[in-house]
Amino acid sequence: MTGHAPDATRAPGFVRTYLWSTDHKTIGLQYMLTGMAMALIGAFAAYVFRMQAAFPGASVPLFGRVAAADYNYLVTMHGTIMIFWVAMPVLLAGFGNYLIPLMLGCDDMVFPRVNRLSYQIFFLSSVVLVASFFVPGGAFGGAWTAYPPLSANSAYSMTPFGSTLWLLAVALEFVAFLLGGINFITTTMNSRAPGMKMFDIPIIVWTIMIAAVLFMGSVGPLVAGAVMLLFDQVVGTGFYDPARGGDPVLWQHLFWFFGHPEVYVLLLPAMGIVAEVMVVFARKKLFAYRTIVYSAVATGIISFFVWAHHQFVAGIDPRMASLFSVTTLIISIPVAEMFFAYIATLYGGSIRFSTPMLWALAFVAEFLIGGVTGIFLGSAGSDIYFHDTYFVVAHFHYTFFPIAFLAAFAGITFWFPKMFGRMMNETWGKVHFWGTIIAFNICFIPLFITGTAGDHRRIFDYSMFAELATPEMQSLRILATRALLVTLAFQVVFVVNFVYSLFRGTVAEANPWKANTLEWLAPSPPPHGNFVTMPVVYRGPYEYSVPNRDEDYWPQHEPDEPADPDAPGARRPLQQPA
Amino acid sequence: MTGIPTGRLAVWWVLASEIVIFGGLLGAYIMHRIGHPEWEGQAIHTNVWAGGFNTFVLLSSSLSAVLAHQAAERGDGKSAARLLLLTAAGGATFLIVKAFEWTAEITSGFTIGSNLFWSFYYTAAGLHALHVLAGMVILLFVAATAAKNIELHRVENIGIYWHFVDIVWIFLFPLLYIAK
Repeated sequence: MTGHAPDATRAPGFVRTYLWSTDHKTIGLQYMLTGMAMALIGAFAAYVFRMQAAFPGASVPLFGRVAAADYNYLVTMHGTIMIFWVAMPVLLAGFGNYLIPLMLGCDDMVFPRVNRLSYQIFFLSSVVLVASFFVPGGAFGGAWTAYPPLSANSAYSMTPFGSTLWLLAVALEFVAFLLGGINFITTTMNSRAPGMKMFDIPIIVWTIMIAAVLFMGSVGPLVAGAVMLLFDQVVGTGFYDPARGGDPVLWQHLFWFFGHPEVYVLLLPAMGIVAEVMVVFARKKLFAYRTIVYSAVATGIISFFVWAHHQFVAGIDPRMASLFSVTTLIISIPVAEMFFAYIATLYGGSIRFSTPMLWALAFVAEFLIGGVTGIFLGSAGSDIYFHDTYFVVAHFHYTFFPIAFLAAFAGITFWFPKMFGRMMNETWGKVHFWGTIIAFNICFIPLFITGTAGDHRRIFDYSMFAELATPEMQSLRILATRALLVTLAFQVVFVVNFVYSLFRGTVAEANPWKANTLEWLAPSPPPHGNFVTMPVVYRGPYEYSVPNRDEDYWPQHEPDEPADPDAPGARRPLQQPA
Repeated sequence: MTGIPTGRLAVWWVLASEIVIFGGLLGAYIMHRIGHPEWEGQAIHTNVWAGGFNTFVLLSSSLSAVLAHQAAERGDGKSAARLLLLTAAGGATFLIVKAFEWTAEITSGFTIGSNLFWSFYYTAAGLHALHVLAGMVILLFVAATAAKNIELHRVENIGIYWHFVDIVWIFLFPLLYIAK
């Protein structure tokens, strides 16, 4: 055990506790709350451009008439914010920071001050991004993928400041997550509780750590690419300018070499949350723990070899396209394997449909739709037709909405008692769940249909395209927009429930769900330094419903009972905590 | 758990993330270079002697970094600090030579915007120079603590980073200067 804060025993003051903290729990919550605040901006952007898509030219309440440039920057900012400023901070940095030291049974990350720096840089990046809305020319409008030459030349993008600030914000965010990722990996490698072997680590810690490695391995080329794009914007180089010998497709390669592993950087933590929630509410040992770990590793490795499936229409060599079709289809195997293991975990369990479990189950069901429709886009033949249609939009929302929201809600409702010492309201939790799930599906299923009918995704005003502006298509767009409004309205239920439970919820005990992992040993909420006495680990994290035991759970830190040393899953007591 | 000290482990992970940054940039350069044999006519204007001298300086500074590590292992913080300062001096020499080199090139009209070869030349070498500069700042910090005989394990960690900076240059020098 090394490197923990020297003041671990002393209670810090207000600023040190909430604003300038090195405590991993505070930093985790800072990330999470910043992400949730950014989600409001991202959701507002979606509301405005969907209103424009359904009712072109109408004045949108709270925004006004949407000009073409507004539409472009709203779509761009929606994508950028939801991926980089919501999914990343909430799933990876928020849950990662909060849970890793608690679940490993240590008192903090190994580099607490690096951790604080990580959040501060992330906060700065959020400020830069939000500031870009207010500069002359407005925020960047070249889509979240920022393809040159549109993004490289302000004569095309018409956002001389917005596009540079966008790039700067994204670069700062990458620095923040690299710092955080190094902390995650070194903590997991070096700072586990005595007795916790490699295969006693909870799945979510595994998945977050693999995600951090993936991020680290894939973001570098994009950092280099971003420097080149920055120079194209401000110094006058021509890296991506074909007129000067440059190559715009180079950016696509560098962007998607990161961009596709990024999908798994977000998927894996979400899968981890779902695993933790499922075992607790199925009261059953996780099925095929090691297979899940190996599948997650395999997913990570294969994710480095699929990126060009985003570029089937970019003029790449057709032989390369068939190669990338094959790798893309292959990656569905380990992911599917993880899902099958989850379903097998449910089989024969005594399932309790508490709110976190509903979110976890919905994640599996909804993500499957996203995964299956991905097959059509991974195959070059069908993708050439579907490319840049609303079919793509619907597909990745069926992957990212479950990741960024369903899994995040599962995690928040599950760990809320640990984070704040109070339970969330179950009834309102279920109202929020059903309202969100039903409305979400009504929102995006119509977009599969319009996409199949040829609806291009980057059109500001459909009334200008006679073949797309038919009454049938328009009625589907209006249906999707109305469902979006309902989805957004139901989030008010969540916010109210969250704030109300924060102050008035039933007081939670240390282990309200009767779960095994170490974070439930710490008091709710855990104090500075986490544990009253540092835990020692005696068994894996998923010993639920072990035969011949009175309780249906068996926490990792409980020593074996002397009477029954040979119980399944039991391990010899340690001689001495190392 | 791993048996590797946490600080050193973190340095290795930092390097892992750095390798892919330079890897992406140099990969892009190599692909372009293969597609543009005419860049030979540009590369001929780089100063191989200055680059060669810098290679020598940087490699020598890595030697003093290793000697500093050896001194730190002995518990001799004072000489470790002196050797780290020598390493930083090597970095400073490298940057000074580079400054003269770039000045000559820019006054001859080869700027970052001239054409794609020079764009890559200045971007890659500049990114590397930035790493040299950052390494020098850290070297000075570590030397200051090592002189007081505390935190001696940092001497090895900054050494690892410095070797990495060295190795990146070993790739840059032939790719940008020698390949004609």
